[in-house]
Amino acid sequence: MLKINNLHAGVEGKEILKGIDLEVNAGEVHAIMGPNGSGKSTLSSVIAGKEEFEVTGGEILFEGEDVDELAAEERAHKGIFLSFQYPVEIPGVSVTNFMRTAINETRKARGLEEMPASEMLKKIREKSELLEIDRNFLSRSLNEGFSGGEKKRNEIFQMAMLEPRLAILDETDSGLDIDALRIVSNGVNKLRSKDNAVIVITHYQRLLDYIVPDFVHVLLDGKIVKSGTAELAHVLEEKGYDWIKQEKVSN
Amino acid sequence: MAYTEEELKKELETKEYEYGFYTDIESDTFPVGLNEDIVRAISKKKEEPGWMTEWRVEAFRAWEQMKEPEWANIHYEKPDFQKISYYSAPKKKDKYNSLDEVDPELLDTFNKLGISLEEQKRLAGVAIDVVMDSVSVATTFRETLAEKGIIFCSISEAIREYPELVKKYIGTVVPQRDNFYAALNSAVFSDGSFCYIPEGVRCPMELSTYFRINQAGTGQFERTLVIADKGSYVSYLEGCTAPMRDENQLHAAVVELIALDDAEIKYSTVQNWFPGGKDGKGGVFNFVTKRGLCETNAKISWTQVETGSAITWKYPSCVLKGDHSVGEFYSIAVTNNYQQADTGTKMIHLGKNTRSTIISKGISAGKSQNSYRGLVQVNSRAANARNFSQCDSLLMGNNCGAHTFPYIEAKNKTAQIEHEATTSKIGEDQIFYCNQRGIDTEKAIALIVNGFSKEVLNKLPMEFAVEAQKLLEISLEGSVG
Repeated sequence: MLKINNLHAGVEGKEILKGIDLEVNAGEVHAIMGPNGSGKSTLSSVIAGKEEFEVTGGEILFEGEDVDELAAEERAHKGIFLSFQYPVEIPGVSVTNFMRTAINETRKARGLEEMPASEMLKKIREKSELLEIDRNFLSRSLNEGFSGGEKKRNEIFQMAMLEPRLAILDETDSGLDIDALRIVSNGVNKLRSKDNAVIVITHYQRLLDYIVPDFVHVLLDGKIVKSGTAELAHVLEEKGYDWIKQEKVSN
Repeated sequence: MAYTEEELKKELETKEYEYGFYTDIESDTFPVGLNEDIVRAISKKKEEPGWMTEWRVEAFRAWEQMKEPEWANIHYEKPDFQKISYYSAPKKKDKYNSLDEVDPELLDTFNKLGISLEEQKRLAGVAIDVVMDSVSVATTFRETLAEKGIIFCSISEAIREYPELVKKYIGTVVPQRDNFYAALNSAVFSDGSFCYIPEGVRCPMELSTYFRINQAGTGQFERTLVIADKGSYVSYLEGCTAPMRDENQLHAAVVELIALDDAEIKYSTVQNWFPGGKDGKGGVFNFVTKRGLCETNAKISWTQVETGSAITWKYPSCVLKGDHSVGEFYSIAVTNNYQQADTGTKMIHLGKNTRSTIISKGISAGKSQNSYRGLVQVNSRAANARNFSQCDSLLMGNNCGAHTFPYIEAKNKTAQIEHEATTSKIGEDQIFYCNQRGIDTEKAIALIVNGFSKEVLNKLPMEFAVEAQKLLEISLEGSVG
């Protein structure tokens, strides 16, 4: 589904990603771990198509297509979803209105009619129940005055509504208490299927107890330096990133 | 070739102007220039009574002594008032009895503006008094309104048919010498709308005027007078568009609202005059004086969506004369490219327990400058007056400006005045967030701007709100990215 070959990217002439290779297939969950500044968020932004990042080498293939020329919204239309680490506020635009616009713009791009109101309503009801979201919450301005946990839950609610092929969860666990973490993880797990894939970006192993990955990759200084199974996350938790750094040096 | 002064005088003497100077072209237009004779000629052409002529002349004399105001935060080349033609009327002089009689070209223009009269007629609830280049050419639903005793017609017609009402109220809220542009308007106003709601009557439909400027080089001087008698209610809609022009077009309208005891007037405007090209060339100069007077327990609510004009100078105001009267001002002003807007309101609290609310949303893009200028004045007599003002500015890009000039004058210790102001910028992060959800940049901006403007859009009547929302999107097209 997603194939990244020798990806180099940066911002304002500063290279942050220094040759990433990654392959994610349908039905898989990949975790990308690494210390602060290793390039985790840059990787997710580059995949999603944030303009301020410049790809200087390599390629990103999504469903076999090079996405380099595609604008962020076009990538979204193809089914790439990013759950933001810091979701932005849009005052005066309700969660419902925002979702309706997002869904209908995506449908339009795919040559479909707007979603009928009744269907939209049904979907909203279903997905808000899945994420234990209060209906009043949906009429509030997007992310305005939301707690950290509410923001993240709202991100996953949007993911549930948009049903992406590939979801990238960027530090979705940060700012979540244990109950919220359970609800969010539960939501993500229920949305997993053999047709979609998830990339979980995180600092900590904690989230991976709930969303169990098929593969774990360690990102260090713009490169994936180690890949393994879920077991790798436990080793990291125990030994810290220094262990990998040392291993890298000794190699 | 323009007429010389001498030739003009001769023409006036021979009364040829009654049939128009330019019978060979589409509309009959006065030669350029302004003097007392022109003022008298306008009055005569409109078959006005002597008192009206004198009233105009008085205004003209006052105007001659006045100077164009320079305090606003706008910069422009001052119009040469001697290069403007002060009267232009569609060539047909007679009113139409049915749509079949209306010039098909005119109907076509209306259709382009999205206001097909046929459709409007079927749309019960909206009566339209269309002002085309200064003279009313069609009025609908007059009879339905007449049953309730409501008068809704052109001001010219009102001057002829209801002189006592006009004479009693015209200039009582905006006096002839109120300001430079109001004086000019009083002298030369060509047409406009008149509305009278009798005591205790609730107007059953939204009264709507669409007007536009379509003649290059002709100034547009509308005059609107709305009188809501005791205990009555009316909602009045005003909306406009203008075609592309290279030359600057001057527009100096006056709107007077009178809400007698317990009456309520809701006045909504969507203004979309040609804002000038992307290079800042052309565009309408809009110098408007709008003011309402509230008697005891009366309420006046101004709602405006301003997206057009190269220059906007406009301060719809309320004089809260009666005790317990209420004034409201809800405004969205959008400026893009090289547009400049200096707009706001004045709330003059004279009566006891008077209340006013001001919600102003300014959106600036391109190289435009957007200023809010507001005055809240509490008179010494106005015990327990209350005001709440909120001024929010939204900036798009790095080359535009937003300015807030709030003036507060309180002469009564019991006054409660609140002022809140915010300035924000549409962030790249907001746009990217929307993009990532499949919403392209244009749509994202529209969404963000609509969210920002929601409090004001909600105050507009439904069908107008939809139109206004579209207008906001169109006005900001291509302003980011």
